[in-house]
Amino acid sequence: MSELSLERGLNALRAEIDAPVAAFFSSCVHCGLCATACPFCTETGDPKYTPILKLEPLRLVWESEFTLWGRIKSSLGLTRKVDDKMLEEWEELLYDSCSMCGRCSVVCPVGNDLQYMIRKTREGMVASGHAPAGLIEASARSIRTGSPMGLQWKTLAVQIKHVQGSTGIEVPVDKAGVDYLVLLSSMEVINFPEYLEAITKIFDHAGVTWTLSTDCFEATNAGIQIGSKDIAAELVERVVSAAVKLKVKNVISPECGHAYTAIRWEGPNLIGRSYPFRVFHIIEVLDELRASGRLQTEGKENDRLSMHDPCNLARKSGCIQQQRNLMDLVASDFVDLKEHGVYQWCCGAGGGVSSNERAEPLKLAAFKRKKAQIEEVQPERMVTMCATCRTQLEEGLEAFNMDIPVVGLTEMIADHLVDKGPAKG
Amino acid sequence: MSDPMGFLLWVKGPAFNFALAVFALGMLARLVEIFILGRKTNYAEAKGGEWGPGFKTMLTRTVADPGTFARAPFNVVVGWIWHIGFITALLLFIPHIELFRGVLGIAWPGLPNPVVDAVTAITILALVATLVHRTQHPVKKHISTPEDYLVWTVTFLPVLTGYLAYHRLVNPYPLILGLHILSVNLFLVVFPFTKLTHVFTAFIARWYNGAIFGRKGVQS
Repeated sequence: MSELSLERGLNALRAEIDAPVAAFFSSCVHCGLCATACPFCTETGDPKYTPILKLEPLRLVWESEFTLWGRIKSSLGLTRKVDDKMLEEWEELLYDSCSMCGRCSVVCPVGNDLQYMIRKTREGMVASGHAPAGLIEASARSIRTGSPMGLQWKTLAVQIKHVQGSTGIEVPVDKAGVDYLVLLSSMEVINFPEYLEAITKIFDHAGVTWTLSTDCFEATNAGIQIGSKDIAAELVERVVSAAVKLKVKNVISPECGHAYTAIRWEGPNLIGRSYPFRVFHIIEVLDELRASGRLQTEGKENDRLSMHDPCNLARKSGCIQQQRNLMDLVASDFVDLKEHGVYQWCCGAGGGVSSNERAEPLKLAAFKRKKAQIEEVQPERMVTMCATCRTQLEEGLEAFNMDIPVVGLTEMIADHLVDKGPAKG
Repeated sequence: MSDPMGFLLWVKGPAFNFALAVFALGMLARLVEIFILGRKTNYAEAKGGEWGPGFKTMLTRTVADPGTFARAPFNVVVGWIWHIGFITALLLFIPHIELFRGVLGIAWPGLPNPVVDAVTAITILALVATLVHRTQHPVKKHISTPEDYLVWTVTFLPVLTGYLAYHRLVNPYPLILGLHILSVNLFLVVFPFTKLTHVFTAFIARWYNGAIFGRKGVQS
């Protein structure tokens, strides 16, 4: 990567401006409703976190360079210039206080997709050298080791051994020609090893052919979170080359929100071509197996369960009904949070916030919205399907002394599989 | 132009034509500036369409979701009231319809004057309320710029002067009618260079929003 500079940052912002961006900025009437949609605003009460204000650097570049009237104003010295001082001030607004959850994008009355523009503005922040240290480190580790947490295959290999030992089922590695290449997130491998055991059991039960790849097991994409197309594209290429090498038909993104949007929606555009395979979130695969009768379950959880929809999966990828179908299979007392699906509230940790140590107090503040939602329906346990959300829920509930365990939906399904299922492929 | 009648003839003649030209050409330029930017090819496999969800969001975003309504009832309700009031007074007041017939060659049925009068009074009150809200509400106060107050002023003046003219509250009548038309001219001239463009571009923005989400299988 060439040297970071203000000019590079401005060029990156210029390159991000397209017709939707111009239509969005032309339409904002400063009504302030986006602030009511943002947990970082509602929970801190600080108006500086109003989503549309976070986009001011991009808006200034658009106005002063992409509109005739703005060019006139700018030449008369009537427009603020985007400089390093401004970008330094905006770093907190664009990273620490935004999880790119997209809730403002579905609430804005004039239709501004603010999250779309935050993602674009971060490109300028990275190129100008104004990204948070935590995310820079995670990106560097991803490029160097393949994992944002520096996790190596040998660690996963140990876990595979444990899973094979406890289940008696082989965990396929580097098997060519299978239906699915399974990706994992480092956080899952470290914090929630039960996920790998769960899919091993489920795929064996349903007769699904799958594999892990020693070339690439990491699904998360720090490049997307920090806002660097170069880094993001490099990480996507690793997945693509692993999938192509093993000639798989499909790639499965794990219980992680941003990993799915990265590989599913941004990936092909980052590398500039369509994939020769399809991409699914594990929840989509499980619901497909359910619909085709390949998931035979028995018994149900009897305690009161509620669910947190990961933003990237629900609002940003349209996967909303699938997790509810799966809950119906295994839960007898399920209650949805009042605002869920498209209008669900972010846990506060997404979009790189959890990798940015400096943002810790804001992350916990934003969680108070989720906490209030949980208190409304008083579940005994929460279910989710994203390792980052799950960690944030666990830590947040702990911080507020709420004794509500959090479980992953995939492992809950695995717990209810009929022992000797039909297992027909 | 020194006498009220001369003033009236000037504002409704050359000044109005000038304002109309600035509005039309300015707005055309703004729309061209948006559309020439285009969008990059999207290589990701679509889950849903763009056109249908785009058009749907153009309409549905007019109504706030229940959660937003509960959190910002003033914004939603007062916003609705004055927008409807403004559009009603603009498009359904019979003398205005006559003007449209003159400029565009088309006309439509209007509302009885007393109805438009009441709607206008409510609109004035609602607009004043939005101004107070903008100066008091922490978020709106923080994000407001001089342009927001300029736009409020040029939007408010035509409604106020129209009301004053209709009730003959300023004499002589040609003076207040002239001031009403002058305020409209001001509104038209300011329009393409301020957030007033949202009258047109909000529908484009909503379409893009609906299309971007729609492609991912979400109705936004």
